[in-house]
Amino acid sequence: MDNQSTPSRSAIYDSSKQRFSAIEELRSVFRYRDLIFQLIRRDIVTRYKRSALGILWTMLNPLGTMLILSVVFSQIFKMGGTYPAYIITNLVAWNFFSQTTAASLNAMLWGSSLFKNIYLPRTSFVVATIGTGLVNTLLALVPLVFIYLVTGVPVHATVLLLPVSMLLLAAFSLGISLILSTFVAFFPDVAEMYPILLTAWMYLTPIIIPEEIYTKILGGWLLRINPLFPVIKVFRMVTFDGKVPTLAEWGIAAGFALGTLLIGWIFFTQKSNSFAYHV
Amino acid sequence: MSNLSPEPHNDTAIFLSGVSVRYRLPSENVATLKEYLIRLIQGKVRYHSFMALNDVNLVVKKGEIFGILGRNGAGKSTLLKVISRVLIPTQGRVWINGMVSPLLELGAGFHPELTGMENIHLNATLLGHSRKEIKQKIPAILDFAEIGEFIEAPLRTYSSGMVARLGFSVATAWLPDILILDEVLSVGDAAFGQKCTERMRSFRESGATVLLVSHAIDTVRSLCQRALLLEHGNVLEIGPASEVSEKYSQMIFGK
Repeated sequence: MDNQSTPSRSAIYDSSKQRFSAIEELRSVFRYRDLIFQLIRRDIVTRYKRSALGILWTMLNPLGTMLILSVVFSQIFKMGGTYPAYIITNLVAWNFFSQTTAASLNAMLWGSSLFKNIYLPRTSFVVATIGTGLVNTLLALVPLVFIYLVTGVPVHATVLLLPVSMLLLAAFSLGISLILSTFVAFFPDVAEMYPILLTAWMYLTPIIIPEEIYTKILGGWLLRINPLFPVIKVFRMVTFDGKVPTLAEWGIAAGFALGTLLIGWIFFTQKSNSFAYHV
Repeated sequence: MSNLSPEPHNDTAIFLSGVSVRYRLPSENVATLKEYLIRLIQGKVRYHSFMALNDVNLVVKKGEIFGILGRNGAGKSTLLKVISRVLIPTQGRVWINGMVSPLLELGAGFHPELTGMENIHLNATLLGHSRKEIKQKIPAILDFAEIGEFIEAPLRTYSSGMVARLGFSVATAWLPDILILDEVLSVGDAAFGQKCTERMRSFRESGATVLLVSHAIDTVRSLCQRALLLEHGNVLEIGPASEVSEKYSQMIFGK
């Protein structure tokens, strides 16, 4: 009998040869890519499979929020007919950020029982959450296009840059998710505090309120310290404004997104060895 | 009487050198960030640490059936976690050659809304197998689990016996190099229990290294060649299973 032919896990493990954990983790995630695919598949299937309503909800959610906000705020902000399209564009980006970061906390709590019993790359659940979010966003683009058509907002060629801005948003969300997940592994109550932080963050970012308002108060200071703003801004520019962001605008967005990801990844992997001691 | 070598050899399966695990517990129960911050400000975060494992040295050869004895809380589970790389030791070196069977409860990670087939894929990838490896094993898993046409039905429609059978089939579909037997497996009905026992025997006969953790001294004495006795995280004795189990029985039953 040949038991040496058994799987990828049958290698020599030597705790004294562990290299820099952030890079180790990256290798592990690649080795476990099929797991990440299965986790995304599970989330998508359980959400949509046996319920047509599931798909509908993903599309109706931004649509409903947009409708309410349009009715309430369109008179106040005087943006006229394009206001609904402005909101739904921002909401698609915001929902991606808020839903993936919040879901990563739950994935972490769910995964903690597994971490105590088997070896897994600790980042896999968080990475999978981002993947699920990307699939959901594809669906949320359907009502977005619908509103653009109804309100007569043109779809510009710049929308071809949407995948790039989406990747930056995903990188930023992954970074924040990793930082939050590290905290939640030690302090489960962080999961309960986070929605409050999210609400505040939403109002501090031009999602439903036009950007001009923020530039007028406190000398635009609020926008400058908000790392999410440049990332959402390039998303909105290519989708709604129909403008190609300048090199500086891309640079700032990419800097915040990739910087957050790098910090999150290193912070998480430095702490993840002690997860099994706590959770 | 130490049989330690400074480096693992070709025929070594498990090699632990000076392995210690220290848990650092807050003196008061600080479970939330809020409490933690409050106590931090008050300067009241104090820890006491305790050694779950203390300077453990151990070499297990390939194909050996090795027993682990000790009372509850002696550090047996911690030792197994270190070996299956769930826990990185505070100190010392862990060297493992080969795939270690999972410590997972059977069917952990199963989702009730997914079909049996989908759950096989999810569970097997959690155990670290690739899509290709799973594809090859599907017929064997189905054959062993005896789920029949229910395999395409959601897991929530399964009886608990069926869930357990599916979990066991996936967990044992791959021959591990190092098999951890923790507690006695009791899965499903008597007939299936028989099949489980047979599968365990075939693992042993295939030359896998077996770590047997049991309270039953007789089991360890009759099955194992060598054994280790743990107490408060310290290794009290390593040696022939008969001697170690003798010492353990003296320890718990007195003279």
